[in-house]
Amino acid sequence: MKNLTAAALFATTALAALPAGAETVGFAQIGSESGWRAAETTVTRQEAEKRGHDLKFADAQQKQENQIKAVKTFIAQGVDAILLAPVVATGWDQVLEEAKEAEIPVVLLDRQVDSSEDLYLTAVGSDLEHEGRVAGEWLVQQVGDRTCNVVELQGTTGSSPAIKRKAGFEAGIAGHDNITITRSQTADFTRTKGKEVMESFLKAEGGDEICALYAHNDDMAVGAIQAIKEAGKKPGTDILVVSIDAVPDIFQAMAAGEANATVELTPNMAGPAFDALEAYWKNGTVPPKFIQTESKLYTQADDPQAIYESKKNLGY
Amino acid sequence: MTLPAGLARILPMLATLALLVAAISLVSPGFLDISVANGRLYGSPIDVLNRGAPVALLAIGMTLVIATGGIDLSVGAVMAICGAVAAKMVTLGYPLPLTLLAALATGAACGLWNGLLVSVLRIQPIIATLILMVAGRGIAQLVTEGAILTFSDPGFAFLGSGAILSVPFPVLLWTAAAVGTILVLRRTALGFLIEAVGVNARAAYRAGVNTRATIIAVYVVSGLCAALAGLVVTADIRGADANNAGLWLELDAILAVVIGGNSLLGGRFSIVASLIGAMITQTVNTGILLAGFPPEYNLLIKAWIVLVILLVQSPRLRPLLARRRASRQGTPT
Repeated sequence: MKNLTAAALFATTALAALPAGAETVGFAQIGSESGWRAAETTVTRQEAEKRGHDLKFADAQQKQENQIKAVKTFIAQGVDAILLAPVVATGWDQVLEEAKEAEIPVVLLDRQVDSSEDLYLTAVGSDLEHEGRVAGEWLVQQVGDRTCNVVELQGTTGSSPAIKRKAGFEAGIAGHDNITITRSQTADFTRTKGKEVMESFLKAEGGDEICALYAHNDDMAVGAIQAIKEAGKKPGTDILVVSIDAVPDIFQAMAAGEANATVELTPNMAGPAFDALEAYWKNGTVPPKFIQTESKLYTQADDPQAIYESKKNLGY
Repeated sequence: MTLPAGLARILPMLATLALLVAAISLVSPGFLDISVANGRLYGSPIDVLNRGAPVALLAIGMTLVIATGGIDLSVGAVMAICGAVAAKMVTLGYPLPLTLLAALATGAACGLWNGLLVSVLRIQPIIATLILMVAGRGIAQLVTEGAILTFSDPGFAFLGSGAILSVPFPVLLWTAAAVGTILVLRRTALGFLIEAVGVNARAAYRAGVNTRATIIAVYVVSGLCAALAGLVVTADIRGADANNAGLWLELDAILAVVIGGNSLLGGRFSIVASLIGAMITQTVNTGILLAGFPPEYNLLIKAWIVLVILLVQSPRLRPLLARRRASRQGTPT
């Protein structure tokens, strides 16, 4: 598969004749700014290996020019597909045109671009609003008809996960008047702030008045759990804790009974991307323009300790 | 009757703090309630003292650096480095005393680096310390390998969330650090030497002050204070978060020093006033959280309060306010 020009001449028929899993795929990753991003890289490598594809990896270190350079290199090398986790939404038209001219399908991972839809094959990502709704619906099921005052730890003010996860949760509890959000404050997605803001919630509302905590990410929940413990309350029992992301540490808290549920933002964006690519290579099936990953809900019933063990080495 | 000079110096800050507390109590009536829960004091005033610990610790070192006419922008990043070093060592199984010593040594080394850049290479302090401010987070990330490095050592966690005689440990730590520093500076000539360097470094040098050693020393103290603050925030969440530990706290520390009425041009300084400044900023933070405004307003409210405090202290406005007060009281004959 080294000579792509030849392969391109034979076009899809020739490609279809090749044994499955002999493809070369370029992955232009943003960098490793968060644990989740590192886990995404690890999982993408694992997926490629599992399916027998040759993965060429480029780390852009948070810079778009590096990423564009990487994509251009992949085009020059004549890879069979490019996975791109775009660092920003704009400025991709030209390089995506080049990929299109070279007939190399591009799959966007996790983030979107502002370019025309026909410049890429598909985008794989999670629906942030849906994640919030899953968390809200879990709480609705959990409390039934009981009155429940919820405190909310928001992500960084104005960031799209904070806005969408808030809106999603509110949609999830809509129509259940027994559940009300009594306090909502930003804690910048960090543990320290999560702890500090939860301390103030406990004082402002009184520990007995809070029935549940909803945090826009697990890190803030982990900080808040410590604040709840220090206030002499039992997190997970006295105050229900639900958050989003499913990072390893929250599973430890769930195993200890201190957190109740988390909604996964899966680092496995590559799996659905490879599925779509393999179908495309095989018989030219064009996938929908957005493939939504599953926002899986994990609770204490899902053997959190085992999930912790399986996740802790992914690089989170 | 005249007030003792020390008290007169900090009176405006104390008045500001009292007014602020009164205002917050109006918005959230339970603000001043203190009780004992779980063997430790519990209440918003305790939160202020406890959450204010990192900035209070930084403010001690920052006051001294600023008194020499310098500034230390690297303290937030140094916190992250020292926290990361401590968390790394504790997870590798080193004994706690060694871990703490290593973290403090790291902080001192960072301070030494800054001090050498400023005093020997004569790089302007704002640029010299900017280098470590930027590079420091990278160093911390290298130590933690990019992830939040968590640990469960109860001894280390005690530094952040333990209590002695119901008083949270961070509160004891920053008060002890402050008392120790003030005693050393004021019982010896060190404080005077620092002020001399800040007022006129050349004159101080001609008068026989070892200005180079003095400047290096204040940056080392600042690094040590940052190390303590880094240990507290790391122990508090039982994890070293290289990206967020101490983020922007250098600015809060400078703000505390300024609210404390210390001149950024150097010279006379008051650590107590800086500490009250730190408590004022933390009271604002805690008050905003308790008030329950939408988070979009947090920064605006904080900025307005800071602006008012600084306006009240401004050299142009203060005589105006004082004259008013005097005319209202009537001039004594």
